[in-house]
Amino acid sequence: MSRAMKDRLIWAVTFLVMLIICLPGLWVVLSAFRTNGEILTKPAVWIPQNLTLDNFRAIFGLGENVLAIPVGSYFLNSLVISVTSTVLAVVIGMSGGYAFARHRFPGKSGAFLWLMLSRTVPGIALSLPLFILWSWIGLIDTKLGVIVVYTAINVPFTVWLTEGFFRQVPRDLSEAAQIDGCTPWQAFWKVEFPLARSGIASAGIFAFLTSWNEYALASQLTRSTDSKTLPVGLMDFTAQFTIDWAGMCAMAVIIIIPALILTFLVQKHLIAGLTFGGVKG
Amino acid sequence: MAEVTLRKIVKSYGALEVVHGIDLDIAHNEFVVLVGPSGCGKSTTLRMIAGLEEVSGGEIAIGGRVVNTLPPRARNISMVFQNYALYPHMTVRENLGFSLKIAGRPPAEIDKATDEAAAILGLADYMDRTPGELSGGQRQRVAMGRAIVRHPDVFLFDEPLSNLDAKLRTQMRVEIKKLHQKVKTTIVYVTHDQVEAMTLADRIVIMKDGHIVQTGTPLEVFERPANTFVATFIGSPPMNLVDGVVAGGAVRFAGDVSLPVPPAFRGRVQEGQRVTYGFRADNLMPAGHAMTGIGETAEIDLTIALAEPLGAETILLSELAGVEIQGKMYNPRPVAAGERLSCLLALDHAHLFDAETGASLRT
Repeated sequence: MSRAMKDRLIWAVTFLVMLIICLPGLWVVLSAFRTNGEILTKPAVWIPQNLTLDNFRAIFGLGENVLAIPVGSYFLNSLVISVTSTVLAVVIGMSGGYAFARHRFPGKSGAFLWLMLSRTVPGIALSLPLFILWSWIGLIDTKLGVIVVYTAINVPFTVWLTEGFFRQVPRDLSEAAQIDGCTPWQAFWKVEFPLARSGIASAGIFAFLTSWNEYALASQLTRSTDSKTLPVGLMDFTAQFTIDWAGMCAMAVIIIIPALILTFLVQKHLIAGLTFGGVKG
Repeated sequence: MAEVTLRKIVKSYGALEVVHGIDLDIAHNEFVVLVGPSGCGKSTTLRMIAGLEEVSGGEIAIGGRVVNTLPPRARNISMVFQNYALYPHMTVRENLGFSLKIAGRPPAEIDKATDEAAAILGLADYMDRTPGELSGGQRQRVAMGRAIVRHPDVFLFDEPLSNLDAKLRTQMRVEIKKLHQKVKTTIVYVTHDQVEAMTLADRIVIMKDGHIVQTGTPLEVFERPANTFVATFIGSPPMNLVDGVVAGGAVRFAGDVSLPVPPAFRGRVQEGQRVTYGFRADNLMPAGHAMTGIGETAEIDLTIALAEPLGAETILLSELAGVEIQGKMYNPRPVAAGERLSCLLALDHAHLFDAETGASLRT
């Protein structure tokens, strides 16, 4: 087989695999621009007959039919919760990762193992105990309650990822910086932090996406517009007997966009981080 | 003035003591090399001087000031690391100027100092590259440049040449020596390579198992080794050592061979004493190939087991009293294995050590 043929074959296979992976997502995006009538027609209409922005108008309250869903509040809640828990997870996780990478202390390997084991527990399994605990201390239906939970979910992964990166930065560099006149704190910020930056950035993105997309726990812990996040808000489109698929898909698109933009912005770091993580095991 | 003084320096990790009470005085502008096999405590000692390792006991003073509890940044030292430890995210210029920037010096001064260092080390063409774009020798130079820009009281070198290939190592060795002549500063240099130690040092400190075994100028430790360890560690090939017993002004070896007691040791040994006889390959040569004026000699007949021609000289391997020994043939001619040669040993350069302790019997 010639080289060109081989290349074409690889492209064809890649396209097919990507199509299978992306199809549900594409269907959601497509449905966001269609009417409920067209979406529900049987047999299915594969090629959209008329595209409309009505679903988005409805969500933002611009059209004739205004939805009774406070998308603005949900968006703000999602943003506050995701950003805060990401910042907390990165600060705590980075400190932990640095400590695990650089210092010796009793019980180190045991502590690391525990952190990793905590990731084997499916989050939803904790929903009932969490619900009871949070209702005792009054954190149900508060942003703080969700922030604490998301931070706890994200810290172990952040520790794991940044630990690998800090371990990769030779200890000599920090020592050289200290001999060059840095305090240990300066040595960290001027030498070790910049070198582990891609790891820290990818840890931050993962933490943000986890928080932004999480549904199961948020659906238990949030009740009202005070704390409901966008994924939980999707359920507002289901009524007792009907589901507004078109509206739901439009909202899903709105949820996807910030995550997509973020991922593109930091793609370079993300790839470095992921491949590195792969090598590091 | 920046003399470095170590007083009873001890380093231990928990119950394990690795440096056992070292005393050392390093004079202002002196080039001192700590040398020894790996695990002898030389690097640990250097890192204690740098402040990168805590001192478990004793006192370290730099320029008369006790620095035991001072952090590295307060000691006015600089250090060149074995793997260079250049900041990979900074250009050569930024690497060189980093310490001055941290110290808050004005940019004009930083530029002047980095340009000066770059000129000394021939780095001017690479100033805007990052360390990843440099060769090993260039990185080594940047590491040295980073050390000299701040005009420290003391330079510390931790095996700086061991990552370079043999040719580059020889070249950088010369550069380090030149650097010391240009920027007069106290230097403490750690290496496991005795050739580096011999060529660079004003004074060599030989360490073993956390102790100082001998201190002296390169020629002193070469010509008057304090014990068999120094005798075999310094100099290449290592000194020949053969065990024997003193008998009537000579040392008798197994197999009824004997050599006269060297002049410097006459009257210092007793009849029947068990000793180790030491001499270097340089001082054992076939008769007729000897240099003139080598003083008193003894003659031995040796059967050559192997000859290693090096061009200017040939190393001859033979056996004395069941021990493999080496000699040298200057102005060489081809030598066949099994050939029997009459050799001369220059007794002025022979040594006697205590057979038990290995200590020299000179004093």
